[in-house]
Amino acid sequence: MTMFNAFAALVRRDLVLAMRRRSEIANPVLFFILVITLFPLGIGAQPKLLQAIAPGIIWVSALLATMLSLDSLFRSDFDDGSLEQILLSPQPTSILVLGKVTAHWLTTGLPLLIVAPLLAVFLGMPNHSLSILLLTLLLGTPILSLIGAVGVALTVGLRRGGMILSLLVLPLYVPVLIFASNAVEMASGGLPVNAQISILVSMLIAALVLTPWPTAAALKMSIS
Amino acid sequence: MQYFTTHQLTGDSLSCNRDDRTLFDGLSFSVTSGQALLLEGENGSGKTSLLRIICGFREPDAGAVLWGDEAIPNHQYYADMAYVGHLDGIKKELTVAENLRLAQALSQSGKLTISQALEKVKLSGYDDTLIQALSAGQKRRLSLARLLITHNVLWILDEPFTSLDKQGIELIESLMVEHCVAGGVIVMTSHHDVNLPGVDIKRIRLSK
Repeated sequence: MTMFNAFAALVRRDLVLAMRRRSEIANPVLFFILVITLFPLGIGAQPKLLQAIAPGIIWVSALLATMLSLDSLFRSDFDDGSLEQILLSPQPTSILVLGKVTAHWLTTGLPLLIVAPLLAVFLGMPNHSLSILLLTLLLGTPILSLIGAVGVALTVGLRRGGMILSLLVLPLYVPVLIFASNAVEMASGGLPVNAQISILVSMLIAALVLTPWPTAAALKMSIS
Repeated sequence: MQYFTTHQLTGDSLSCNRDDRTLFDGLSFSVTSGQALLLEGENGSGKTSLLRIICGFREPDAGAVLWGDEAIPNHQYYADMAYVGHLDGIKKELTVAENLRLAQALSQSGKLTISQALEKVKLSGYDDTLIQALSAGQKRRLSLARLLITHNVLWILDEPFTSLDKQGIELIESLMVEHCVAGGVIVMTSHHDVNLPGVDIKRIRLSK
């Protein structure tokens, strides 16, 4: 029970922190919206083309927006010593890490999910594929946060870890991008997408189970 | 409050190298309930490195640290220890009470409640103040208040007197004496003279 309390307290603290530094959570969403709105301007009035590439645009933008927000996951805790206190807690570090990632997803992944329908309409995506887009984002963005956490934990101790972080994390993001955008594309063509969704679900479960341990170990290494 | 079992922290021939430089080698010590261990030495002599080894953040290049009979890190050790380093470990966007509540949730509740602890460190009335409005000395006292609200036997303190005024230092010293008399253990570094009446202070002098 104390383990769950610690998890909940950490999530609550990070949500309060996010509310008090609003510009930080607005950043990824703003980036997401900006990139997507720039595409029609760059491509010009070609509704067919836009419609065809909409799933890819939305997913690539979501992926980059998540990458942009990753650094904030452990940075401030590392700088002010809160991370030391978290690691010294008698509660399992992997559970506490999961709390941090949950809060990160709630403040960066969830807002993307909320604005996505509007942007999908904006790009002319057919209505029947909208639900599949939301489903893939719901399943996919937590995977991005979970995998990203391992990369951030490894690089948080480095002064300029941004470049290495993208090199570490991007290859692992590619499968999510492929299956998710493919599912949305198939859905807009009216084809079944069970296979892609099942793969995303299994990737999410695998990430939930497998990433907290390496993240915890990497944080311990970063702090020594 | 008296702890019923005696606790012992032992360092067994520890050594630590940093970038081809040996900071210390074959260092052994032992502190038990009611004692304080004071690490002395110039800047760069390895005091903080030794503290971080004792915390379990760093592995010693040789030797081991034992809590009771068991080598650290282990679950019981983390439940029994508390660390205040030169980073405060408090969030400046949160209020005093919010910070302490998180500390309590991460560990186990200790002998004092949050308001009692704030009164002890002379911060009562600041519960809902954001940390960024506090002075450096107040922040320090707050991070030391964390020691009072969580369950712990071993205090590991890295320069606890930094940015405290004379009254602040006396206050913290009296809390340390209280902790030791109740059967606690303290391991600390300090540039200041430490005045802990009635406490058996062991000293380790690290040299370059």
